[in-house]
Amino acid sequence: MNTEFTENLKDRYPLIIIGAGPAGLTASIYASRYKLEHLVIGEAIGGLAFEAHKICNFPIENEISGRDITKKMQEHARSLGANIIMDKVIGVQEKNEGENKIFKITTQSNKVFLANTVLLALGTERRRLDLPGENRFIGKGISYCATCDAMFYQNKTVAVVGGSNSANTSSLYLAEIAKKVYQIYRRDKLRGETSWIEQILHNQKIKVIYNTNIIGLKGEEKLEKIVLDTPYQGMKELAIDGLFVEIGSVPQKALIKDLSLQTDENGYIKVTSDQRTNRLGIWAAGDITTNSNNFRQIITACSEGAIAAESIFKFIKQHTS
Amino acid sequence: MSKVIELTKQDFDKEVLKSDIPVLVDFWAPWCQPCIMMSPILDVLSEELSGKLKICRVNTELPENRILAYQYQIQSIPNMKLFKNGIIIKEFIGLRPKEIFKEELEQVLNSS
Ligand SMILES: Cc1cc2nc3c(=O)[nH]c(=O)nc-3n(C[C@H](O)[C@H](O)[C@H](O)COP(=O)(O)OP(=O)(O)OC[C@H]3O[C@@H](n4cnc5c(N)ncnc54)[C@H](O)[C@@H]3O)c2cc1C
Repeated sequence: MNTEFTENLKDRYPLIIIGAGPAGLTASIYASRYKLEHLVIGEAIGGLAFEAHKICNFPIENEISGRDITKKMQEHARSLGANIIMDKVIGVQEKNEGENKIFKITTQSNKVFLANTVLLALGTERRRLDLPGENRFIGKGISYCATCDAMFYQNKTVAVVGGSNSANTSSLYLAEIAKKVYQIYRRDKLRGETSWIEQILHNQKIKVIYNTNIIGLKGEEKLEKIVLDTPYQGMKELAIDGLFVEIGSVPQKALIKDLSLQTDENGYIKVTSDQRTNRLGIWAAGDITTNSNNFRQIITACSEGAIAAESIFKFIKQHTS
Repeated sequence: MSKVIELTKQDFDKEVLKSDIPVLVDFWAPWCQPCIMMSPILDVLSEELSGKLKICRVNTELPENRILAYQYQIQSIPNMKLFKNGIIIKEFIGLRPKEIFKEELEQVLNSS
């Protein structure tokens, strides 16, 4: 959905939810049930969860793709009347309006909305390798989304860098398509769900290379070799057709900085148990926060979205009655 | 009114390589979120740049289209290639906002 196709948009909402991943969409569902008028603005509808190839830990379904689960959430939110637009928020400014505060939200396509309250459900973005040549090879051997690009590597040799859940599931998915998968990890043991790790260790196509970092990328037109800091079978260079980067995520920074929100040392927004930030009128939920014991999952994001919506509802009720 | 054209291997020659005007070909797949996000942007651009640019889509999920993805060395989607007189003059990889993409396209179209 693009803004151009959305009808009945208003200039002003009691609540604007920024982010349309599991946290933002769940908050929208709850807000609608409370009859709290709101707008959801998301750059990527479905959020990071869309990219999960297989989700096996969400109650209700034994196995569901990220695409399907986020589609269901979106349909649910829309069926309750939510306005969800695809756009990027580039600024949130606090303004005084008489006695009250109001937030002015500006988007990349030059739309401006006013909101009495804001929920930041911004999630995280993929961590990059930060190696020279990385940008040049994006789409030419380097990928950050196995679900999107795996099928272009049929019978090819690929490497996955990383060792936690998203890297592990990427390796397993790639092993269904590629000829050979090297999984390169800086530690001596894979992390994350034991079920995935067991499958990797039993998969003939996957070779895990432990205690190793990638320190260079080589190739002319496209990525051809990766350089390792520790030789593998006596070689410091590994010839591959594709490299899938799965080294975790970092919190979105821009809006948080503009609003001077309190974060922990890694940039995650500090929130109270009802998802309030240090700034009155602004809540945060999902992967972007320090709540849920820093366990960043779909179910915890949904939960924080629900808590935030309820807290915002109470706040608005208190301030309008 | 110009709509985005869904292409298959069969009409690639006629619609793209032998087109009188430049053609933007979007290689995509339904499991690719940025591709889905790109789709409405391309619909709008197809209208806005009507007459100057033709926009087509190739769904790389379809077995009959795989050969095109292979032929054009697609390794990551969304991957949009701009063809003029049957030759690729510019390639755009990854999602981009509408206004920025329109500027990028117009720049190439005006200078080539
Ligand atoms: C490959 C992979 C596999 C995974 N597998 C599982 C799994 O099996 N089970 C599980 O529970 N979890 C899994 N996860 C984790 C799960 O995806 C996240 O925990 C979940 O998506 C967090 O939800 P969220 O709503 O907080 O953030 P996100 O899903 O990241 O959504 C953030 C939203 O904010 C938007 N946004 C950010 N900045 C802006 C801005 N400036 N303007 C507008 N919108 C903005 C984004 O576009 C997006 O819509 C996986 C993750 C990955 C990458």
